[in-house]
Amino acid sequence: MMQSRASAMEISAAPPNRMRRQFNTGRMLTVAAFLLPSIALYSLLVFYPLFRAAYYGMFDWNGLGPLTDNVGIDNFRNVLSDGLFRKALRHNVTILLLSLLIQLPLAIVLAILASGNIRGRAFFRTVFFLPYVLSEVVTAVIWSFLLQPNSGINDVLERVIPGFKAVPWLGDPDIVLYVVFVVITWRFIGFHIVLYLAGLQGIPAELTDAAKLDGASPLRVVFDVVLPLLGPTIRISVFLSVIGSLQFFDLIWVMTQGGPVNATETMATYMYKYSFQRFEIGYGAAVSLVIFGICFGFALLYQRFVLSRDYDNALA
Amino acid sequence: MSLAGLIARYVVLIVMAVIILVPIAVAAISGFKTTGQVRANPFSLPRSPIWTNYTDVLRSDSFWRQAGNSLSIMLVTTLLVLALASSAAFVFSRFRFSGRNLLFTYYMLGLLCPITIAILPVYLVIRELGLVNTMWGVILPQVAFQLPVSVLILRNFFMAIPQELEDASYVDGGTPFQFFWRILLPLVRPGLAAVAVLTMVVSWNSFFLPLVTLNSERLWTLPLGVMQFSGQYSTDWARVLAFATLAMTPAVIFYLFAERQIIEGLTAGSIKG
Repeated sequence: MMQSRASAMEISAAPPNRMRRQFNTGRMLTVAAFLLPSIALYSLLVFYPLFRAAYYGMFDWNGLGPLTDNVGIDNFRNVLSDGLFRKALRHNVTILLLSLLIQLPLAIVLAILASGNIRGRAFFRTVFFLPYVLSEVVTAVIWSFLLQPNSGINDVLERVIPGFKAVPWLGDPDIVLYVVFVVITWRFIGFHIVLYLAGLQGIPAELTDAAKLDGASPLRVVFDVVLPLLGPTIRISVFLSVIGSLQFFDLIWVMTQGGPVNATETMATYMYKYSFQRFEIGYGAAVSLVIFGICFGFALLYQRFVLSRDYDNALA
Repeated sequence: MSLAGLIARYVVLIVMAVIILVPIAVAAISGFKTTGQVRANPFSLPRSPIWTNYTDVLRSDSFWRQAGNSLSIMLVTTLLVLALASSAAFVFSRFRFSGRNLLFTYYMLGLLCPITIAILPVYLVIRELGLVNTMWGVILPQVAFQLPVSVLILRNFFMAIPQELEDASYVDGGTPFQFFWRILLPLVRPGLAAVAVLTMVVSWNSFFLPLVTLNSERLWTLPLGVMQFSGQYSTDWARVLAFATLAMTPAVIFYLFAERQIIEGLTAGSIKG
């Protein structure tokens, strides 16, 4: 396309040099006029804050008054060595691994089952995606009700299973993280199912039909034909799942506030508590940058070693 | 496919659909019960529906004020995202100049920086700008963080428009702006719709940014209202679930009407990006 534009411009570039220069200045002004407002806003509110945070992160600062107490990189060092931050990071990684090992495979299975010539296909897609349009706050409130110690799901289980003793789903530090993961899956699996459904649509029916004609069992078709062709979609889905897992906040904050006894603390709730409840802004800024560094580092490595295989899907 | 296979397939799909739908239905139905009934029989239908939980919420000023705040923030955010993202995407798709790819990469780096991670730094800048506790303190960061994915989606749509149309427009003496406004934008309506609904859903559900930016109750949006309400009436589940149901209703209705655009918007950016 760019080729044809260039040749079109050369043909029309008959006017003398002076004219052409004016034309180019005009083009540059147009470019600037169209681009500057968005670049300015984006730079001011996405990039500039990170640079400010890098600066604030080097101070012991409560957010008010002058920046006087320069502590160098101590804040960053303290974040990385704080047991609670490491615990929060472990929780993020646990959610991440559970997502990759349970949520995404389940999404692939459901997408395969819901694809192809099956009645009610559109209905299942609509239903599976529905939780994704609810706010995480509403999701958290509904599930807090269902997971109460003395009603909700416990009530049903007590009726169905004789001798069942109510489980404090959100109150037991040993299980609460896994319970939260179930809620996370409930809300996010539809997004991945829809991604996979789109990916499955891109697989030509001739390929799977041919495999079936050759006598391949349905499972062989899935493993030898469908999954390899679904590769690019899986790699994107994994990427989004990891980035999402590293920054959970809304749902967990409303359901547990990181408790009980920090059992569902994530990096984001940790950062929120230091920044907006204890007002240790300098330290909070350092935490923000550490989280950003972890996400950014992962994204670059993933881009370099995994996504680069799918050139069309490259980020930039 | 064998009949047994087909039945198994439906069983799995239906079980999953039930798991998805039951919590939402329970929330909506519980609003029609008394809290006593909700507690004793959380999954049963009410013998005779009680309307007071819903009517109390609908009669309260705070619900409508929060819904109004959410709506205004959503509409302004969406308009700004459409204006800024389409003009930037226009440049990235139809102009050639040195540094273009670098600028585009700079833009796409934003995809790696979700607002959750940057919330404190963004809050500090918002405070420097004097926008804490104002609608703009929510709108402008939302727009800024929504730009990368929107530019990406729209750029792909713009690049699919044939060059000949643009050449014809310039031959007829049109300016770039006229081409952009009169020819390009009307042709990419599906792209604009996808970006608009994506932005609307993100804005309507946004929680963390309003939580740190809006202090005064007067400015609160619905997600903040839901959290506050569930704290205030923590044991009165019928009332809390009625409020939560009313808060999610607009999003659900919107989704049922614009499902295709919403799914396209929410997935287009990630598939292409």
